[in-house]
Amino acid sequence: MPLTSADFAAIWLTLQLASLTTVLLLLIGTPIAWWLAHTRSRLKAPVGALVALPLVLPPTVIGFYLLVAMGPHGPVGQLTQSLGLGTLPFSFAGLLVGSLIYSLPFVVQPIQNAFEAIGRRPLEVAATLRASPWDCFLSVVLPLARPGFLTASVLGFAHTLGEFGVVLMIGGNIPDKTRVVSVQIFNHVEAMEYAKAHWLAGGMLLFAFLILLVLHLKVRPSLRSA
Amino acid sequence: MAPHSRRISGLLVALALSGQALADDVQVAVAANFSAPMQAIARAFEQSSGHRVIAAYGATGQFYAQINHGAPFEVLLAADDSTPAKLESEGAGVPGSRFTYAVGALALWSARPGYVDDAGAVLKRDTFRHLAIANPQTAPYGLAATQVLEKLGLTQAVKHKLVEGQNIAQAYQFVASGNAELGFVALSQVYRDGQITQGSAWRVPAQLHAPIRQDALLLAKGQNNPAARALLEYLRGEQAATLIRAYGYQR
Repeated sequence: MPLTSADFAAIWLTLQLASLTTVLLLLIGTPIAWWLAHTRSRLKAPVGALVALPLVLPPTVIGFYLLVAMGPHGPVGQLTQSLGLGTLPFSFAGLLVGSLIYSLPFVVQPIQNAFEAIGRRPLEVAATLRASPWDCFLSVVLPLARPGFLTASVLGFAHTLGEFGVVLMIGGNIPDKTRVVSVQIFNHVEAMEYAKAHWLAGGMLLFAFLILLVLHLKVRPSLRSA
Repeated sequence: MAPHSRRISGLLVALALSGQALADDVQVAVAANFSAPMQAIARAFEQSSGHRVIAAYGATGQFYAQINHGAPFEVLLAADDSTPAKLESEGAGVPGSRFTYAVGALALWSARPGYVDDAGAVLKRDTFRHLAIANPQTAPYGLAATQVLEKLGLTQAVKHKLVEGQNIAQAYQFVASGNAELGFVALSQVYRDGQITQGSAWRVPAQLHAPIRQDALLLAKGQNNPAARALLEYLRGEQAATLIRAYGYQR
């Protein structure tokens, strides 16, 4: 096996980052998606656009502003310093913040679509049957929106795996902290270690394909039957 | 439709002709540390020769890979002497065209005035959280920085404080934004006409690291381009040497 211990450390770190990002984004993204799906507020369009921004912005833009904002002179940096947390760049926490922003639309939008597809009718019926809002959400909305949540989880996870530009700008290439697989591949290519790069890059390709294959096998049929 | 398309084809002909007239453009791959002097040199060269310089700035290792895979560069100004030698021996460069255009110097730099003393003693104090360097595997200035740390016996002490930029420009950016309190950068990034331009710096003595010889090479793609040869000739000349020295390099 031509993979080094540094490669395995990068793989482990990447899996941790992607998993944690996905879990946190499901928690943060679900209320946002719910609000976007049901609000009649004038803020719906601007908030929707804001959530979608990472889809079109170059990661370098996100990375550059994160570096400035989280630095000791930036607003986020001032806040984290006053809380005694230090600054976020070059840390796992910093990468996590970057990934949450970077992958936000990939989680919010499928859930929002699922909520919108359900519509108000099932909620009204549940309410007339005296289900509490929580009960209604847990036993009506969640099961109906399951494909949306699955899609959101898979896309959020896969997209975080593929994160490169943001990490490159705020990470600092530190083993076990910020050196994720995409950066390690870049390192190998830069150092002209093409064989090592192939192993990691090929593995990444296969893994990404399998994830998306599972998504298409599991979610698409249930979407069709729904 | 017809007059319209005629106008367009006329435009295409004009473009094709102008492309020929501009045949004395020269595409140059320039090491990131040399970007400030290169801009000044390109301006002076363009004025005196009428040729046009199209420069791309980046890491030397990256340029090596790109040139090997058909990148349209005609001249390489590397951050080291081994990459041009390798390209020359592999046939991607014109034999005999290689020469040292600058010898680089390293600086320990902080964006904060007064933070770095002029003997580098700050390195031995435990007052900083991050020390930025360029990736030592790919960037010669990063390698030189690790040699300095080794010579000073500080490799272990700062091991957990090192943050790596992919090239020297990113190492500079980490320090400039204040995210790293200090870092090893190219002197040329923080030096102009005899003094440090901002913040505070220690000019690292040259005997603490292997010399950073930066070689230029005429690439195979530029072999028949007079502008490429003219640029290299200009780089050898005294005018360019004066500019290069003003940025803290040796010549």
